[in-house]
Amino acid sequence: MSTQLPNAPSTNGTHSNGTAPLGTALTLDQGRRYARHIILPEVGSVGQRKLLAAKVLLIGAGGLGSPASMYLAAAGVGTIGIVDYDTVDLSNLHRQIVHGHHNIGKAKVDSVAERLADINPDTRVVTHNEPISSENAREIIGQYDIVVNGSDNFPTRYLVNDACYLLGKPLVDGSLFRFEGRATVYEPGKGCYRCLFPAPPAPGEVPSCAEAGVLGAMCGVVGTIQAIETIKLILDLGVSLAGRLLIFDSLEMEFREFKVRRDPSCPLCGENPTIHDLIDYEAFCGAPVTTLG
Amino acid sequence: MANVKVPSMLRPMVGGERVISAEGGTVRDLITLVDRSHPGFAAQLMDQRSGGLRSFVNVYLNDEDVRYLGGLDTPVEQADTVSILPAVAGGRG
Repeated sequence: MSTQLPNAPSTNGTHSNGTAPLGTALTLDQGRRYARHIILPEVGSVGQRKLLAAKVLLIGAGGLGSPASMYLAAAGVGTIGIVDYDTVDLSNLHRQIVHGHHNIGKAKVDSVAERLADINPDTRVVTHNEPISSENAREIIGQYDIVVNGSDNFPTRYLVNDACYLLGKPLVDGSLFRFEGRATVYEPGKGCYRCLFPAPPAPGEVPSCAEAGVLGAMCGVVGTIQAIETIKLILDLGVSLAGRLLIFDSLEMEFREFKVRRDPSCPLCGENPTIHDLIDYEAFCGAPVTTLG
Repeated sequence: MANVKVPSMLRPMVGGERVISAEGGTVRDLITLVDRSHPGFAAQLMDQRSGGLRSFVNVYLNDEDVRYLGGLDTPVEQADTVSILPAVAGGRG
């Protein structure tokens, strides 16, 4: 289900104060707002217009979705979708910096929409105030160019991975645990989450952030890396994290990289795939989506 | 001596150590050696029935996944680093 701010235009399920049609020449205000992007030869006004025309979906409006959504909006990404069904809680605020104290109790997607509208009125925010599921994932993800994953449970991670691969969408992945963060990019055909982790742990075998804790500022590092990787994909800049898993150990203040390979035996993207459609991920992971994380 | 980098999830099992140095001919030998000092360590990584790695645990020799080398029987040289990466799911919460 989608919601809409009272002052938003009639586009269904969106929050927007959009000032310029996407894909057109930049306005004078946009020229000033994005001046330090435009002056970069690798971005320029053409690149900025690509950002304004881009549609990015964030899975989760939490620790990773907070910095990712704020930097993507500030960068001028034209459409940002947010999937989350939760409300803002006091215990979120040590790391979920997109939400403010005054929004405790408010739907997270609406809290994000409010904040992003203030950061950049060029950004159209589409809210999906519902859990992502096998029933709606294709319809939701299909509307976007790139997906940024900040989910907090294994069923959602496998679901989003499979849906992105089947729809041919790049997935900018991130995860957190205690003092450690991870980021990578799954580009269809270059390896996927199933190639990295063929099957999930049994329920309870790996503690969640709620059980094990997480250093709040870790979210800023990993979520911002996800925003950077997303912008690079939109602008076709540099070398993406596709094929590489970046690990950030904040206690050692150390970044390390590991190779991610496409597994020829992967049931999703391997030589003889057996997964051709979305499955029951709660059954696959042995746990309901909503009880992990 | 090779170094075994222990992920934060497993550090409580090894007295909080982040890196354990050990002498071993293969990845399996190293894990077994660590398990002798810290019983239960190997069971976190290896399937007790098959003897292979558990499906949600990856082990890297330097930057390469041992599944694409020789698995747990991959030889380990002096100064190699063996890193253990279990799946983690946190991000939204």
